[in-house]
Amino acid sequence: MSESTTTTSSRPAYYHEQDLAKFPDIGEGAPDLARKFFDWYGAVFAEGALTAREKSLIALAVSHAVQCPYCIDAYSKDALVKGSNIDQMTEAVHVAAAIRGGASLVHGVQMRNHVHDLGM
Amino acid sequence: MGRVLATLQKRGGMLAAAGAQRALLEGLPLTRRFEDALASSGLFPLRPTRLEILQINTGRRCNQTCRHCHVDAGPDRKEVMSRDVLDACLAFLERHRIPRFDITGGAPELHPDFREMVTRGAAAGARVMHRCNLTAILLPNYSDIPALLAKHRVEVIASLPYFQARETDAQRGEGVFDESIEGIRRLNALGYGRGTGLELNLVANPVGTFLPGSQPELQAMWKRELKRRFDLDFDNLFTITNMPISRYLEFLDERGKTLHYLTQLVNAYNPAAAAGVMCRNTLSVGYEGGLYDCDFNQMLELRVEGRAPQTIFEATLGALSAREIVVGQHCFGCTAGAGSSCGGAVA
Repeated sequence: MSESTTTTSSRPAYYHEQDLAKFPDIGEGAPDLARKFFDWYGAVFAEGALTAREKSLIALAVSHAVQCPYCIDAYSKDALVKGSNIDQMTEAVHVAAAIRGGASLVHGVQMRNHVHDLGM
Repeated sequence: MGRVLATLQKRGGMLAAAGAQRALLEGLPLTRRFEDALASSGLFPLRPTRLEILQINTGRRCNQTCRHCHVDAGPDRKEVMSRDVLDACLAFLERHRIPRFDITGGAPELHPDFREMVTRGAAAGARVMHRCNLTAILLPNYSDIPALLAKHRVEVIASLPYFQARETDAQRGEGVFDESIEGIRRLNALGYGRGTGLELNLVANPVGTFLPGSQPELQAMWKRELKRRFDLDFDNLFTITNMPISRYLEFLDERGKTLHYLTQLVNAYNPAAAAGVMCRNTLSVGYEGGLYDCDFNQMLELRVEGRAPQTIFEATLGALSAREIVVGQHCFGCTAGAGSSCGGAVA
């Protein structure tokens, strides 16, 4: 184990599960902006052209793409509450992973363009 | 999980005793007491409305040992309602013309007088409701039960927490899902759930420590998936919150999630659900003849208020209608979110 890892693990973790419940407190800084954000957030997840369950699965996938522990906790639970099962949720995470992996790989085209440009 | 486990009582589990469960629940450092929540909604003390449902618990015998069972029922339990108590229940039903006769357990089919209680309940003019685990009716000596239920137009309320095996078996025991599907198939073959007026309602308890989702949305999903996968039909899906009692309380306790779960329930308190709780129109009778405000209070051995009649032998409608309903911290389970009752969401 490296020294830096040891140092890090001896400190409290950066993310705390119980902090998710404090999310509304963000409004203490800029209440008008927070209100707009939370109103909009609520509207986004309301049943619309997509079902609430479909939106929950999208949110779960995006949570993994942006690697937000709070979002992963929240939408793992929300997806179960909305009737999704672990197979569906795992497939959603694969979608996120595929896009992340694909996004790296497709930059290979850029690499190949450069190689062709630089080579003979 | 195996097909059949020992019950809490058989294992001598710490939470086998109702007193131990009550002590655990009452000792939790929750932010609110249920009485205060009711008071904030103008509902304390909670009073009954009109008695519409006589719910009898026929005993603890069951062929399954579901993980979330608030009754701690199972094959190793022997308690069953006596003949005298059953007769007194049926006499009360007839005398007061109670509209609904709700038979629960354990697995009620395993009671030796189940057929008679169905027949006499229907003859009394009540709509008989049978809480069915879908697998007892497959047992060799009970295969006549579905036809009997159909003959007396009994409403069947059957447990199916999910539309695939992994989740259902995790809660109800290995192999239970496949048998449950066969149970629904037999009921469908008799016309249950297929628009004939024979009502088949399914019950979905969350498989885990979360609260139920939207009942209409889950119902649509269950209908679509059971039709697509198995060509099965039913009428309504009832979403029911897992109650922190008996084996579900043990499950929470083992995982260190009791406080977390109860906090979820407290935070999700819904005054509209509180106004519609089932204890207001239901009277629950234990296998020993005791009177309770609901089946959950029954398992916690919380009888109806002391001034009211304590057993079915002395029960009168007038004396019961004046009682205050006995509540505790577990009652947050019926008032969370859209609420929860033996008929599903209430708000």
